[in-house]
Amino acid sequence: MKTATGYQGIPRWIYAVAAVGGLLVVLPLVAMLAKVNWPQFVPLITSESSLAALGLSLRTSAASTVLCIVLGIPLALVLARGEFPGQRLLRAFVLLPLVLPPVVGGIALLYTFGRQGLLGKSLEAAGIQIAFSTTAVVLAQTFVALPFLVVSLEGALRSAGNRYEAVAATLGARPTTVLRRVTLPLVLPGLASGAVLSFARSLGEFGATLTFAGSLEGVTRTLPLEIYLQRETDADAAVALSLVLVAVAVAVVGLSYGARRSSTPAEVRP
Amino acid sequence: MRTLRLKKCIVGMSVALGLAGALTACGATAPAATPTSNSGASQLSGTVTVFAAASLKATFTQLAKDFEAKNPGTKVTLSFAGSSDLVTQISQGAPADVFASADTKNMTKLADAKLLDGTATNFATNVLEIAVPPSNPASISSLADLAKPGVKVVTCASQVPCGAATETVEKASGITLSPVSEESSVTDVLGKVTSGEADAGLVYVTDVKGAGDKVMGVPFPESDAAVNTYPIATVSSSQNKELAVAFIASVTSEAGKKVLGDAGFGAP
Repeated sequence: MKTATGYQGIPRWIYAVAAVGGLLVVLPLVAMLAKVNWPQFVPLITSESSLAALGLSLRTSAASTVLCIVLGIPLALVLARGEFPGQRLLRAFVLLPLVLPPVVGGIALLYTFGRQGLLGKSLEAAGIQIAFSTTAVVLAQTFVALPFLVVSLEGALRSAGNRYEAVAATLGARPTTVLRRVTLPLVLPGLASGAVLSFARSLGEFGATLTFAGSLEGVTRTLPLEIYLQRETDADAAVALSLVLVAVAVAVVGLSYGARRSSTPAEVRP
Repeated sequence: MRTLRLKKCIVGMSVALGLAGALTACGATAPAATPTSNSGASQLSGTVTVFAAASLKATFTQLAKDFEAKNPGTKVTLSFAGSSDLVTQISQGAPADVFASADTKNMTKLADAKLLDGTATNFATNVLEIAVPPSNPASISSLADLAKPGVKVVTCASQVPCGAATETVEKASGITLSPVSEESSVTDVLGKVTSGEADAGLVYVTDVKGAGDKVMGVPFPESDAAVNTYPIATVSSSQNKELAVAFIASVTSEAGKKVLGDAGFGAP
């Protein structure tokens, strides 16, 4: 993007290095495209097991996104606006799944919600079984996707400031009304892009699901797990399904970028 | 020749093992590149890279140690993964000298691609066994018990060898299982049992033995229907075939059979 003076501010050689960086990401995708068995593409991705996996992935990711929104909004508000001891520690812990290897998340969830786990024992006594169920998949996805929503929303909350909320409060609005009528509409674009990213992360979840939820067609075998399994016997099917996942991811990231761009004017509005 | 070896070493680093292992492998291989005049059978030297099925991890680590002790100056580099993954790696040019597969199907894939030197030798067999948590919460004592309602059974998916064996056993016995999860590797099945998530899992006899007291094994006669045979062969692109053949001979020797037998493997 050119600035008003027309000065770009980057030396030319940067472009060469940037091109290498870009290639590192793009080339493997191109290589995968070249490996796709096009004549068989549609039959491969519309086989019964593929459709079951895709359907399950979309349903569980939608559910985890809703969970992320419900739990993530209060978390982001508390982190951005609240003031309490241990706030920084809480932020660090909320962001942890971003850097944690997914399989570690799976093990942690197993010892929480598993049959022998911290909460699992009481849940089992209450007749609720999470292991090997679709609920386990949603839990694993929410665990890894929540930070994306919290980070996006906390950033939006901070850059939006609280002037409007203060005015609304002086006009007699209760805190809940201020939240509903002023704060949330103000950060809606940030919330939308955070939700889209959470959805994308849920869709790609693999390690925690494999460790914690198991793998059964139509119940816990999401698209990434199906790809992992197909790879054993049918490389063509694995590549075709990978392409589907890439296409969905590109669409989702594009959407999120669009939401972010449209959010810029809203934030700088006087 | 030297540059070729160097390239192979670099490929080796990216494909298998840790960086340190690959570096020592390259270092140890270098002298072998210049053949000495007296290369008798007793003068084995250099590095042999063995790609072996994941279920062979414990036994082959032991066999490699024994081989190195018996033949000073040699080094055995091991890479363990699922048999089909290893076939893919070897087909893509991974520098393996020896390939040991957990089933004949994957070995045939390499033979069909003309990537084997000579024919494969069968060196072990493995059968399925029921693994249950030590407390055996669902009181499993036979294969039929696994089909009882409410029993959480985990098996391998039919796409992987242990799943194919499970399917064969089901067909032969007429018992239909409805697993709560079909895992993509036998270690994942074992994991679900050791963590207590599942009441029972179908794994190999050797997995039960390897897990020690974390699981209890329940043998069942129907397992005879699916005996898995483990073949081993020299890879045609091997740079050190003499050493490869010597390693295979040590696996099929009496001492080798004992190590395998102690781990629960059967004789071929």
